[in-house]
Amino acid sequence: MKLSVWTYEGPPHVGAMRVATGMKGLHYVLHAPQGDTYADLLFTMIERRNHRPPVSYTTFQARDLGEDTSHLFKDACRDAIARFNPEAIIVGASCTAELIQDDPGGLAERMNFDIPVIALELPSYQRKENFGCDETFFQIVRHLAKPMERTKRVTCNLIGPTALGFRHRDDIEELTGLLSDMGIDVNVCAPMNSTPSDIARMGAAHFNVLMYPETAEAAARWCESNLDQPYTKVVPIGVGATRDFIAEVREITGLACNADDSRLRQPWYAASVDSTYLTGKRVFIFGDGTHVKAAARIARDEMGFEVAGIGCFNREMARDIRKVAKEYGVEALITDDYLEVEEAIEKIQPEMILGTQMERHIGKRLGIPCAVISAPVHVQDFPARYSPQMGFEGANVMFDTWVHPLVMGLEEHLLHMFRDDFEFHDDAGASHHGGQAKERVAEAEAVQTVTDDNVIWLADAEKELRKIPFFVRGKARRNTETFAAEKGLHEISKDTLYEAKAHFAR
Amino acid sequence: MTYIPTPPTGGGCRTAPVLKERGQREVFCGLTGIIWLHRKMQDAFFLVVGSRTCAHLLQSAAGVMIFAEPRFATAILEEGDLAGLKDAQDELDAQVDRLLARRPDIKQLFLVGSCPSEVIKLDLAKAAERQSQKHGPNVRVLNYSGSGIETTFTEGEDACLACMVPVLPETDKRQLVVVGALPDVVEDQMLDLLRDLGIDTVRCLPTRTAADELSVGPNTVFALTQPFLGETHAALLRRHARHLPAPFPYGEEGTTAWLAAIAHEFDVDAETFARVTDAPRARARAAVAKASEALRGKSVFFMPDSQMEIPLARFLARECGMQPIEVGMPYIHDAIHGPDMDLLPAGPQISEGQDVDKQLDRARAARPDLTVCGLGLANPLEAEGLTTKWAIELVFTPVHFYEQAGDLAGLFSRPVRRRNILGLEAAE
Repeated sequence: MKLSVWTYEGPPHVGAMRVATGMKGLHYVLHAPQGDTYADLLFTMIERRNHRPPVSYTTFQARDLGEDTSHLFKDACRDAIARFNPEAIIVGASCTAELIQDDPGGLAERMNFDIPVIALELPSYQRKENFGCDETFFQIVRHLAKPMERTKRVTCNLIGPTALGFRHRDDIEELTGLLSDMGIDVNVCAPMNSTPSDIARMGAAHFNVLMYPETAEAAARWCESNLDQPYTKVVPIGVGATRDFIAEVREITGLACNADDSRLRQPWYAASVDSTYLTGKRVFIFGDGTHVKAAARIARDEMGFEVAGIGCFNREMARDIRKVAKEYGVEALITDDYLEVEEAIEKIQPEMILGTQMERHIGKRLGIPCAVISAPVHVQDFPARYSPQMGFEGANVMFDTWVHPLVMGLEEHLLHMFRDDFEFHDDAGASHHGGQAKERVAEAEAVQTVTDDNVIWLADAEKELRKIPFFVRGKARRNTETFAAEKGLHEISKDTLYEAKAHFAR
Repeated sequence: MTYIPTPPTGGGCRTAPVLKERGQREVFCGLTGIIWLHRKMQDAFFLVVGSRTCAHLLQSAAGVMIFAEPRFATAILEEGDLAGLKDAQDELDAQVDRLLARRPDIKQLFLVGSCPSEVIKLDLAKAAERQSQKHGPNVRVLNYSGSGIETTFTEGEDACLACMVPVLPETDKRQLVVVGALPDVVEDQMLDLLRDLGIDTVRCLPTRTAADELSVGPNTVFALTQPFLGETHAALLRRHARHLPAPFPYGEEGTTAWLAAIAHEFDVDAETFARVTDAPRARARAAVAKASEALRGKSVFFMPDSQMEIPLARFLARECGMQPIEVGMPYIHDAIHGPDMDLLPAGPQISEGQDVDKQLDRARAARPDLTVCGLGLANPLEAEGLTTKWAIELVFTPVHFYEQAGDLAGLFSRPVRRRNILGLEAAE
């Protein structure tokens, strides 16, 4: 058993739902107990879909377990096909149904429907949501896609986007535009926006663009060996990655094409003087492997941040992230336990967090600015406005998103200048966090404080520390204590504080 | 005490034929009860023994309520736990030890059963007993099931309260126990009203903390504030307490009838009753009249969700002038829902259980002005041009008794007013 409070990923059948809901003309018959329909609201509320997910549940109850529950499943299949008239169905079991003896795949196949029936084996007690996406899409492609003649023009398939994917909707549009600039048409985009008959004609494309390895790598590999389609390895998130992606596509297709970057503003924005203050900002990056990997490169090479910590929650990407971490000289944190993430953030004391919904809350608690770069996300990260992460417009979007929570250069300069000003005192809080300003109370007499490691902060040092702006004070305290520990000092004076400052100066 | 609400002229719904359906049910399981119960019981922790799905459900239902130290968690069953059952008990003990060491402030621990734990027949009752001995008297460990195979949505609260009843101390005291988790502000209003009526031995189930005194016995009478407490009702009867049947305290009329049933039991004279209730009744009537302007003459359709549907339909029909078309309930319990069914004017189809696609067909055909349903159906129905009120909010929001009567009407009128303001076309 594993004690869990918040989870980064749902169970694998939610992954299968993400594939089914992204598609059209496909129906999912899920053997599941009453209550598992909760997952519908992820799609209708978080993603604000205007239709019910194409999922029929058997919703068995305790009284059904005494008898044969397989007829519930068979009835559900029959009713779903009669009512929704899908081109194909996928069938499977949720975690509870996995424990009872019915075999959805076998049952559905014996019913001899005249549409394809694709059985899913999703081990709920070992794997999670992303695996569910990847496996489901793989099974659909394996059952339906066939080798066929290539299109005359150079075309590709966009594979990986699903329902409930972080910015998948707009990434599709951005990539489609980028490829179109290069003279490449999209043959099929899948699973999102595709039908089973679209999947059947995937073989006509010259190559595949693997947008999200988490949700479609198995399918990409299968197409490579069975349809003779190479797939792209670079995920075009960030300016550098987008240019590498363009080069990779050029190599695959042999087309000497270029992309229109006339609306790319990120490089100039990052070069402009107001961005100087971003230099060396220490960021902690956490999320799914793909977005973390991309964010690290942007952070260091395109924003001038220092990557202070990096990690991901999906074990499938652990090896990749460990490699990236090594390259950045930091330890990789591979965990799905948000308490461990919180601990790491507290230890590192970054000036900014790039993470998921959970890290947003951790940041709020610790008073550290945060921008969301990866699922799991909440309703506000399915925006009405166009906001891709991929391609050139994606780079523009990310510059704004990441910089917004930070105190911008001029603002930061003013804060330093007027740090003793009545409106900029500690309790006033950061203006952009909407914190409620409190009346400034008469400054309490600073007293000696003793830390965990038995290091004593002398009163003058403690007082001096309070003059440092609140948003860097945690780091100053930690640095000073580390410095004192290294020097074997047991007391921290005002001088120690400034010696430490000089020591860590960059 | 003589206050009795006027029954409808055409007769009530108590004997109306009930459409019983079985099929796909679009409902929450009982685990969701944890979301509001843990706010009410301040020193309780809810440990679900289940799968990743259970953890994911709690997270989705808890929405933005991410706390640094939430008082609920899931012990996620892993492959190894499914292999041998003995193992699972040891594993569970280890998780509980870890949890209680980390949270010394916890005084009550609920081991909450789920579908997976029930299907593999993991004996959580025995585990609770064993752990109570180990961690008592500091921590009391209890067990109930919130599984979807056994409980629907609010029945999770019922199962939780019912598991507390057998271990309550025995008393001979003449007292009133009010059953059902209410927001603190509402509970306080209720206690004030009862005190003003001269009824001073009132206790609540659940109590806010484990240390709060609560006992039960043959001289205990109890009133329910929530319509989904069937098991708790039965458990209290087994302890020889007596139920005071009454309509549920929604709206001015429901609250007055509910108070009157108690006043009658405690021989409160009519003059005192009038003195205590007249002013808040007038306030509630005025508030409801204002908030329900947009609802008069409109039709309403209830999908089954919380068992609050019949009392709410009664409130909307009698106090807000709405016409119920269908009132769907997950379960109907005559002893509990009877008084409200007597007052709900005959006419609407009463249904129990669900076959969601067929029920949606009926709703589409009826084109109600307002459909009360879950979050999985609300946006899709809005996109079809139907105005909806999502039902889960009715459980979280303070809606009981006089001061909230206007707010309750407001919850239903807001979506109707909004559609008028926006002049929405059906979304594509």
